[in-house]
Amino acid sequence: MKNAVGREIPDELLVGGKEVYQGKGYMDGKYIQKASPRTRRCEKPQESKIVDSIAQALKDCGAKDGMTFSFHHHLRNGDFVVNMVMKAAIEELGLQDLTIAATSLGEAHDPIADYIEQGKVIGIQTSGIRGRMGDVVSHGKLKTPAIIRSHGGRPRAIEAGEVHIDIAFVAAPTSDCVGNCRGIGGKSNCGSLGYAMTDAKYADHVVVITDCLVDFPNMPASVEAIDVDAVVVVDSIGNPKKIASAAARISQNPRDLMMAENVAKVIACTPYFKEGFSFQTGVGGPSLAANLFLEKFMDERGIKMGWAIGGICGPMVELLKKGKVGKVIDVQDFDLDAVNSINQTPGHYEMSASQYANPANKGAFVNKLDFVVLAALEIDTGFNVNVLTGSDGVLRGAPGGHPDTAAGSKCCIIVTPLVRGRMATVCEHVVTVTTPGDCVDVLVTDYGIAVNPLRPDLIKCLDDAGIPHVTIESLKEKAYSIVGRPDPVQFEERVVAVLEARDGTILDVVRQIKPYTFED
Amino acid sequence: MIRRPKPERFRLRRTMMFMNAQKPGLIKDAYIYGCDSIMLDLEDAVAENQKDAARFSLYHALTTIDYGDTEVIVRINGLDTPHWQEDIRVCVAGGADGIRIAKCESAKDVQIVEAAVEAAEREFGVEVGRTLLMAALESPKGILHAYEICCASERMFGVAISGGDFRKCMQTKFQRDGIDMLVARGQMLLAARAAGVQCFDTVFTDLDDSEGFEAEVRQNKAMGFDGKSLINPKQIRPVHEIFAPTEKEVMQAEAMVRAFREAAAAGIGVFTVNGKMVDIAFIPGAERTLKLAKACGMYEGDLV
Amino acid sequence: MQIEKNAAAGTLESSDALVTVEPAEAGIELEISSSVMNQYGRQIRATVLDTLARLGVTDGKVTVVDKGALDCTLKARVECAVFRSCGKSDAGIPWGGVIR
Repeated sequence: MKNAVGREIPDELLVGGKEVYQGKGYMDGKYIQKASPRTRRCEKPQESKIVDSIAQALKDCGAKDGMTFSFHHHLRNGDFVVNMVMKAAIEELGLQDLTIAATSLGEAHDPIADYIEQGKVIGIQTSGIRGRMGDVVSHGKLKTPAIIRSHGGRPRAIEAGEVHIDIAFVAAPTSDCVGNCRGIGGKSNCGSLGYAMTDAKYADHVVVITDCLVDFPNMPASVEAIDVDAVVVVDSIGNPKKIASAAARISQNPRDLMMAENVAKVIACTPYFKEGFSFQTGVGGPSLAANLFLEKFMDERGIKMGWAIGGICGPMVELLKKGKVGKVIDVQDFDLDAVNSINQTPGHYEMSASQYANPANKGAFVNKLDFVVLAALEIDTGFNVNVLTGSDGVLRGAPGGHPDTAAGSKCCIIVTPLVRGRMATVCEHVVTVTTPGDCVDVLVTDYGIAVNPLRPDLIKCLDDAGIPHVTIESLKEKAYSIVGRPDPVQFEERVVAVLEARDGTILDVVRQIKPYTFED
Repeated sequence: MIRRPKPERFRLRRTMMFMNAQKPGLIKDAYIYGCDSIMLDLEDAVAENQKDAARFSLYHALTTIDYGDTEVIVRINGLDTPHWQEDIRVCVAGGADGIRIAKCESAKDVQIVEAAVEAAEREFGVEVGRTLLMAALESPKGILHAYEICCASERMFGVAISGGDFRKCMQTKFQRDGIDMLVARGQMLLAARAAGVQCFDTVFTDLDDSEGFEAEVRQNKAMGFDGKSLINPKQIRPVHEIFAPTEKEVMQAEAMVRAFREAAAAGIGVFTVNGKMVDIAFIPGAERTLKLAKACGMYEGDLV
Repeated sequence: MQIEKNAAAGTLESSDALVTVEPAEAGIELEISSSVMNQYGRQIRATVLDTLARLGVTDGKVTVVDKGALDCTLKARVECAVFRSCGKSDAGIPWGGVIR
């Protein structure tokens, strides 16, 4: 069945009430029954929940074949915990048919690809998938289709019981002996633990894994001891160098800067750019550089930003410290400046993934967002964005909060160069739709700006401000005139991943890639 | 194949950005940053054993990439190298707007290049005289011969000083106040203005010192340069901003040109603006100001 | 033209291609690897074969390691490698003739 972004969704996926994507806001006002976990009472006082090993914790939590284990991705590409836990479960306990439900996965988790090939891991639910895992899944090695959700879609699915977490593993930079966890204070600091919060509340069992045991009580705790079954102390939960970069520097690339300035110009010409406006930006080159130019426009108009959310890094913390933004609410930290600031700098707070982006609660932060600036691997003439699959059709990206912020914000700006090498970023049809075009308002490229025709109000803003803009079709034609018209990527029939829209409907599917041949 | 329109000998050339002709990723769309001219470099940026490869790249870049209104100039290798003749052939065949003669020291150098350019124009069926020339003065001798160089050919549109080599010859180093090149810049400007051609300043290499760069550009403007050679797109905007006329200058220029045109149409030789008599000698300057203002987005009228 | 000796042109930088030519006897043996194979493999092959045909190269082993080069770059690299293989890349190039 074709969905609202024109993607053919196989009927066999539309079971158990699953629907195809119907457009933005389709589920608004509907009721859901939240699923509650089945948890163990710890009525008798416990001195400590520390157990000797991950294997022991698994046994204590009743780990068995077919279970779903959850993980957060605050340790980013420095994470050791997913691999440690899966190794203990599969190689020490001999478990199989396991599902990994992680908030995101990256190159750090390449060893899991072996477990997928061996058939020990049969399910993956994640926002991001890259490296060898992306490769083996794209080649059809995972037994069931991977389920890709946005950061807001995941807590929604957990609350609705669509994902039932048997054991949540919380990598914790610090924990006390009963499992009060924080993202700061240890040797693997990551700042916010926002993505772990929903998992801890809805999992049947919660195991904290830390490399820095601190005195009780570890306050203020991001994951609370009341939800934790066991604590395991290991030598190291991650590689600090890959957890948080030293400091996210604003790009000096002239192309990025040129695009960033145009992003700021677009923002400044809308009616939402006024005292107290709210803002989120990605950490990619041009997105982050938008901060710089935005500050100039704020100074010129004599206005301040009310609040900013998102994955946070240094330049936003800098604005907070200078008093140019009132509050920063933070679900994840990308660099040491942000890690060192959360809960330290007045006005810098932590929030959960659900608070950040969940479309099924009673109003996440994204719903109050004026502007979001986001990147794209591809964007098509319907303004649909792909941030998941590469030009070769292989899984190597992450929707993350992209679809959530795009849907919630009043003005969603995509910033991307028109071509990357020989790849046309602006194209006829994206390989995979990860953010539907009805949520995307403006496209800024190095060859020009295009406004979604669904937003005549924004078109007028740009016209009034004398900001030139063109149709997205003309940008696509320009791109193809430079790089040539691409051949469509060849896929097999088999679905290897299902792209869930944030509301739980099916936005797109990713199929197994076909080996390339020169034959037509 | 892209056919570029016939080059204009005198056009706005505030910014000339150097680009290695051998780097496909750089030259494919260098025009998007909005510099007035792109300088595709076959000389210093290209290693000695890649001169041949750079020419093949250059030829296809010139004939396939639509640079639009951006002028495309090629810096060829010096006359003391084995490369310059083939460089000229590829520039002319590919339809470059102009050629920058490296290390030019005399009118004869210009004439040697001109003869080779004309031969190439005949060889490739290009309109004779189409390809413009400019000269880079890189030595004291070049500076001393600036006037004869500027006058050496009808194709010459300007001269540029090249600071790196010049400072070496003078046994000096970059000075923030420009004292190291003061005389040379002045001499070259005098020669260029006397010959009626344009004059361009050297590159500023410290990309992190934006203050120093802007100070040098302000000095360039004050001395009367037409533009500057650049090594990075981020240098374009400051030059355009500093070279932009003030709003008052634009208004005065507009009033002057309008009054002159009206008076001329009515057959009146003498005219006044705001009650003051205007000397006709000011008109070319006023027209230049309006053209500059138009390029800077400050003037939308139709007088220029 | 005939490929007389081994020669190469280009680099492995992004947006470039490294083209290697070697003498061979029976026709063109073309090997392509590319970072954009799935979407441009056929176009790359067509561009390389067209360019070789224009140059009159009928025999040789040609290897292209493409890093997302545009067609104009691919052509330039193939031409340069062939001219280098004949020791004729420095002067007297037929610009606008077989090079176009």
